[in-house]
Amino acid sequence: MQHDAVLAETIGIRGHGDDEIEAYTARPMDAAPRGGMIVIHHMPGYDAATKEITRRFATMGYHAICPNLYTREAPGAAPDDAAAAARAQGGVPDERFVGDAAGAARWLRSLPTSNGRVGAIGFCSGGRQAVLAGIALDVQAAIDCYGAFVVGAPPEGFPLQVSPLADRIPELRAPLLGLFGNEDSYPSPDQVDELEKLLQEHGKTYEFHRYDDAGHAFFAVDRPSYRPAAAVDGWQRIADFLARHLATREA
Amino acid sequence: MCTYSTEKLDLTRSSGKGPDGWFPLQTATVYYDHPVHAPDPHTVNIDFLNPERGAGARVAVELSLDAARELLAALQVTVERAAEH
Repeated sequence: MQHDAVLAETIGIRGHGDDEIEAYTARPMDAAPRGGMIVIHHMPGYDAATKEITRRFATMGYHAICPNLYTREAPGAAPDDAAAAARAQGGVPDERFVGDAAGAARWLRSLPTSNGRVGAIGFCSGGRQAVLAGIALDVQAAIDCYGAFVVGAPPEGFPLQVSPLADRIPELRAPLLGLFGNEDSYPSPDQVDELEKLLQEHGKTYEFHRYDDAGHAFFAVDRPSYRPAAAVDGWQRIADFLARHLATREA
Repeated sequence: MCTYSTEKLDLTRSSGKGPDGWFPLQTATVYYDHPVHAPDPHTVNIDFLNPERGAGARVAVELSLDAARELLAALQVTVERAAEH
């Protein structure tokens, strides 16, 4: 019988500015070397659904860690209260996110069974941040699930600290998997086209999958936006992508 | 979609009642985005906050678009009536 024990727990890691931030981790307990995944939570925060996704990556055979990007605004708060506090304060600055994600990558690589390879996946606002991780950090895979404002400017008078990443696509150093709903408005299919064009122009390794009858947040099983067909196929794409980019290389 | 759109306003001489009782309100954020609890994909959300008292000092509502329109009309009528007092 396969040994499939997984340990899931909350820990503290060092993030941006050497601050201690909260993080949820899940990791297989067997001794095989494996890659690690940084799971970037959506705007509604470091919630039960995102922790479930983190555990899922462990069951898929990866170390996984989800840093609580709202630790500083709302230490110990309920996820919805923390998300409200973060929104009221303008959201998560990119520089701070990069520092926190770098801390998560360091933690993954410090594990005795790490194979040194790390990926990042994000949903909603985290999708954009996953692309940013692929630009700013040493990661071997980035997965953008319907992230808005990777391209396309936010509306006038927009109070949150979000800027497009279009001019930084040349710096992207990780293969990118993009999963999008054709009924989404942020990002719209036109914006997904624009991002794809930029990736092609700059010779980046990427693959996009777009789903009909799916809009934003089609992976979210606890929301009316859930679309089982898109989500099932999307998880298969994720598994395939990670098998290619995070697996332990033969010596 | 994840709209990110957020209106923020300062509140003075106002109070809200949260899980730990009444507290003075400092700010409110109003936004159309995914709800935590309401059944629609997007709702008009209002958070009444007092950041000095921590993230839990919060009165939150998630309103369907129809409910938000009704509330807007009711506020309009009430504020106009108040001016006559």
